[in-house]
Amino acid sequence: MPLSLLKYGLTKQPKLQRHFPPTPELKNSYDVVIVGGGGHGLAAAYYLAKNWGITNVAVLEKSYLAGGNTARNTTIVRSNYLTPEGVQFYDESVKLFQNLSNELDYNILYSERGHLTLAHTDAAVRTARWRAEVNKHLGVDSELIYPDEIARLCPQLNLGDDVRYPILGALYHPPGALARHDGVAWGYARRAAEYGVEIHTQTEVTGFDIEKGKVVGVKTNRGNIQCGKVLQAVAGMSSEVARMADFKLPIKTIPLQACVSEAVKPFLDPIIVSGSLHVYVSQSSRGELVMGASAEAYPLYSTRSTLEFKEELMMHLLEMFPFVGKLRVLRQWAGMTDMTPDFSPVMGLTPIENYYIDAGWGTWGFKATPVCGKRMAETIATGKIPDLIKPFELERFYRNEQVGERGAASVGH
Amino acid sequence: MSASLNSMRLLQSTGLYLDRSKTISFQFNGQSFQGFQGDTIASALAANNCKLLSRSFKYHRPRGILSMSGQDSNTLVQIGDEPNVRADTRAIEEGMQVQAQNVIGSLEKDYGSLIGLIGRFLPVGFYYKAFYKPKGAWRYWEKLIRRMAGLGKIDPGSEIEYTDKQYRFTDVTVIGGGPAGLSAALEAADNGATVILIEENPILGGSLNYARFKTDRDQVYRIRNELVERVSSHSNIEVLTQAQCGGWFEDNWLSILTPGRLFKLRSKAVVIASGSFEQPAVFRNNDLPGVMLGSAAQRLIRLYGVKPGQSAVVMTANEDGYGVALDLLDAGVAVAALIDMREQISLSDLSQAVVAKKIEVLNGHTIYEALPVAGNRGIRGVKVAAISGEGKVVDETRTIDCDLACISVGYTPAAQLICHFGGRLIYDESISMLKLDGMPKHGDKCKAIAAGSLNTVFDLQQVLADGKNAGGSAVAIAGIGVKPALGQKLLSSAVEQNHPWPIFSHPQGKEFVDFDEDLQIHDIEQAVAEGYEDLNLVKRYSTVVMGPSQGRQSALNNLRIATKAAGNPLQGLSITTQRPPFHPEPIQLLAGRSFQPVRRTAIHHRHIELGAQMMPAGNWLRPAYYGLPEQSENAVEQEALAIRNGVGLIDVSTLGKLEIRGTDAAEFLNRMYTFSYLKQPVDRLRYALMLDETGVIIDDGIAARLSENHFYVSTTSGGSDSVYRSMLHWNAQWRLDVDITNVTSAYAGISIAGPGSRDVLQELNCDVDLSADAFTYSEVRRGQLNGIAACLLRVGFVGELGWEIHVPSSQARYLWDILLETGQKYGCRPVGVEAQRLLRLEKGHIIVGQDTDGLTVPEEAAMSWAIAKKKPFHIGKRSVEILANKKQTRRLVGFTLPKKSVLPQESNLTLKDDHIVGRITSVARSSTLNEIIGLAYVHPEQSDVGTSFDIKLSNGNRLSTKVVALPFYDPNGKRQEI
Repeated sequence: MPLSLLKYGLTKQPKLQRHFPPTPELKNSYDVVIVGGGGHGLAAAYYLAKNWGITNVAVLEKSYLAGGNTARNTTIVRSNYLTPEGVQFYDESVKLFQNLSNELDYNILYSERGHLTLAHTDAAVRTARWRAEVNKHLGVDSELIYPDEIARLCPQLNLGDDVRYPILGALYHPPGALARHDGVAWGYARRAAEYGVEIHTQTEVTGFDIEKGKVVGVKTNRGNIQCGKVLQAVAGMSSEVARMADFKLPIKTIPLQACVSEAVKPFLDPIIVSGSLHVYVSQSSRGELVMGASAEAYPLYSTRSTLEFKEELMMHLLEMFPFVGKLRVLRQWAGMTDMTPDFSPVMGLTPIENYYIDAGWGTWGFKATPVCGKRMAETIATGKIPDLIKPFELERFYRNEQVGERGAASVGH
Repeated sequence: MSASLNSMRLLQSTGLYLDRSKTISFQFNGQSFQGFQGDTIASALAANNCKLLSRSFKYHRPRGILSMSGQDSNTLVQIGDEPNVRADTRAIEEGMQVQAQNVIGSLEKDYGSLIGLIGRFLPVGFYYKAFYKPKGAWRYWEKLIRRMAGLGKIDPGSEIEYTDKQYRFTDVTVIGGGPAGLSAALEAADNGATVILIEENPILGGSLNYARFKTDRDQVYRIRNELVERVSSHSNIEVLTQAQCGGWFEDNWLSILTPGRLFKLRSKAVVIASGSFEQPAVFRNNDLPGVMLGSAAQRLIRLYGVKPGQSAVVMTANEDGYGVALDLLDAGVAVAALIDMREQISLSDLSQAVVAKKIEVLNGHTIYEALPVAGNRGIRGVKVAAISGEGKVVDETRTIDCDLACISVGYTPAAQLICHFGGRLIYDESISMLKLDGMPKHGDKCKAIAAGSLNTVFDLQQVLADGKNAGGSAVAIAGIGVKPALGQKLLSSAVEQNHPWPIFSHPQGKEFVDFDEDLQIHDIEQAVAEGYEDLNLVKRYSTVVMGPSQGRQSALNNLRIATKAAGNPLQGLSITTQRPPFHPEPIQLLAGRSFQPVRRTAIHHRHIELGAQMMPAGNWLRPAYYGLPEQSENAVEQEALAIRNGVGLIDVSTLGKLEIRGTDAAEFLNRMYTFSYLKQPVDRLRYALMLDETGVIIDDGIAARLSENHFYVSTTSGGSDSVYRSMLHWNAQWRLDVDITNVTSAYAGISIAGPGSRDVLQELNCDVDLSADAFTYSEVRRGQLNGIAACLLRVGFVGELGWEIHVPSSQARYLWDILLETGQKYGCRPVGVEAQRLLRLEKGHIIVGQDTDGLTVPEEAAMSWAIAKKKPFHIGKRSVEILANKKQTRRLVGFTLPKKSVLPQESNLTLKDDHIVGRITSVARSSTLNEIIGLAYVHPEQSDVGTSFDIKLSNGNRLSTKVVALPFYDPNGKRQEI
């Protein structure tokens, strides 16, 4: 038994410390206002304080702490992307994740389960090999494997050819991991608050004060504040918040649904993704199967659930795991994904001076939480964009320099 | 065992669900039990005085019946390969093998319960606070903790039981066959609506079947029998029993789950009469077997004829508890005391009847603690104390012996379906109850009505009236017949149903708020104290309401405890969002039969007969090659050589085929594709390259102009649906005068290619002049081929003289046969996809999706020749023009390697100064050219013919090669134009 728990248990009336203070009154002015109190915003606040000594920071969250897409994603962490830019970016994130529990002194339950992206067509095999080759060249552990090796890693998978789309191969990414999504946000929030960052929940931004192309203030439902700089980190509402600051983003917001089953004893170790079958599935530390499919076919600002999503997902799931038919779906939900044309995020400057953007996180936002927070903090603190995130500037769409990650991003969260 | 066999079973007269003429044997943890037809696992075990059903998730505490309605996790068991079965609603079957779940050892002796001893070391959220130091420690702890996860077991040998789905339509759907639902269904049906009534239990009646309502039970039965009789015989009403509504979705789209079938039901109006869930009280050991809800005891007695205990204490805060006491007495259970939490002495008929039976009634008291028997497998009594304030009792307690404690302290509306759709339950302090905050709307219309206790209406007459009103409203919403007159708006009769604070903390804890997750009062308080006071954070940090019952018994008390701990007022607060499904849904029921049809061409069976190895191509199956797998290389080579030197037939039916007709047809194509089509002569073909708005290549094909206003366009095999959709999408904006038809399946295509192909065709009875002068390359003709209407396109994908012949699918096999037969003497043979890919590679033709990717623009793929630069618009034009002024980063080139070289693989990288610049997109050994040929992306600076570049093989080795001119074969295209 770990010492910390022993100490807790043996103390007669253990003194409970708040992990973060209650929402304080808004001050008149902050050096940095972060719009969005999800994982990204909180991580940026933490690294601003820790790495750059900037602590006069307010994080504004319209709902409860980390209650947006941070609370709704399926918690997969990986770096087996397709473009060198993407692979290097997510690789730094994976490395930060691997040490995050100790860095934050908060166990984020980081669980390296290995990640298998199944290929059911020769085109998918080609893409898997392409990703593996790019990954390996950049030092990321990835390999194209074939059914015999897949069977060894996940003997439960139906590798027979008695299904509509037999499995021909897979991209195997051993560092692929799961983490407790809420814990990541709470851990960052707790440390950021210790540095003096203010976290304001139930505080909704209603507009910005922009003078001569420069942001100078933020309007909220709890009053107006002045600011030195603004970071927008509001996955699912990026276009709408940018609209308040009077600039446009090349983003379509599309619902993405997910569901969990009832908990059963662990039987599935790796994270399994099938692009062709539009399924991804892993078994959580509670024993639930966490499952999702591809994003909806249409843009919509709604987190409604549908029956069709479950029907299609389960049909495909049974092709892969025919023995889970009697397991039950416990709960389904939806999040909103900000999809960019090239399936890569948008980070960096905006047409508004001192207004920084962290958006376009589609279905890959959670896994970038540490690196994005760290590098956006650096951008804000130094005014210079680090090379690692330079390819993801908003400007790239005007320059037609996209970072095409479709092949690695669709379904594969 | 025989001595206690069905020792708790009551006399013949009770047990509405039972057929006592049929005895059923089953096993629980290897021990044999008997019950009657209609018994559930839990009721049959209870009849045998077996109270222990399961162990709890975290502390492995003994658990027994709680709700007796399938709404809690206390009764989860494993049946064979089926995990997490609700034992209190699953009927027993002969020979059924029921097992306890999540036990270490046995249900009786579960070593997991030792965890309870160290519970104080495992506070809520403990895993966030430990196990990660020193760095790397978590890897070891994780394995240990993961072993504790989960409840039931998945059997990897389990097989799918495929079930059907069925679409249904009706005027009015009524969810819930209790008093409100029954009267709603009758009212709607009497007014002319067709009604489907959904009831989850085996028989109709709901609370009328088990709740007391009145001192004279027979009076309630008469009401029940009359309602059920009328509903069952009504010609407008269809009753579905053992059916659960999983979700109420947009536009009254309902999922109805029955054991063997998923119904997808569209209803004009919906009446939701799903009732209420009785709520537990929170006191020490409130989770042990023997402590159950009052309604659970009544269900055991009335539905299953089982005596829930020998001696009972009833705790209540409303009149229903008095009904429970009367039912217990009727069933021969001694009632040691009735604890009424209210100060005020009740003067109702029910309470008077209890008093008349000389039962001791203690007002203003509560159970403070249940006293466990050894091993916590039941209770031997309760400690009772007078309430001195909210959650507080006086020091003096009194012990009352009993083996059963029945709790009737309030309800929560079963509003899940409504909340899934955006409805909210908010706390109303005046009734200490969660209450629906109106009905959510579909757009601006409300298409559903709640009825009965969902509306916090509990008085039976009012429930019946509320149901009738709802039925009438539903008819009006459905727009049928005359709108019935609505009754008076009802007053809520929920006053004095719920006790405001049935929560009593104990210095030694074990007062459970959430039975699923083993959460006690201090766990919730601790989450709040640590800063997680928002109800959503309480949930996420402590996992309260996240278990199998999704908060049915815990959401209300959790709201009370967490809100008080945070120092906030309760009034108007809402519980956390509820999500579908209402009940956990079996995956196989949702999946149904797999419906993923394979597309086969009209010639499919001929390919099989000819020994083809089929391969998937999108949804289609295509011949990869003809012959045995072990001779595949030879087969592909021979097929390729047949086309180069003789004649070959390729089934190209999988190509997408679209007909574009109308006065704007040419203009439409001019916008959709990059070439120029306005001046394309009739009877001519043009290449058709499609870009998206970012200038990326997304499809290609051939556009044949059949007449001034009629084009026949092919697409890639995988692209037909998306191209068609894209055309419709664009023309929805352009409004051009065209008619776009996807005729992919209507026509089959056979490609005949090779120097001998003209000879073969000329042997057929063909009214088209096929001579080189009359029918030149890139032309199209329509005519008769052995009496078949055919469209002949002279194309050259594989680089030889050849035609694509498109005919109605029904004629394709005949044409294939006649071509193959006629071609015999010219060495004609069927050719598969692999040889076709090799042949086109020799010609340097790209395959969209293989030699292009999600970012490939025409210039990179050396396709700029396919863009008409002068026309005013095509979809990708703006981007193409922007890109023209930009430095390109890669370029598709041809390369060769000596025949004996290692064969690189597609997707092997190409490097420049060790940086990734591209990859091989296609590569193959060509026996015609006697070398390895391939296409690869390289840096533009490396793209001139003769420049060398590096290929990185999968094993890390590098190969150096040089750019060569394309095409590899017949550079002047002479062979296809003869």
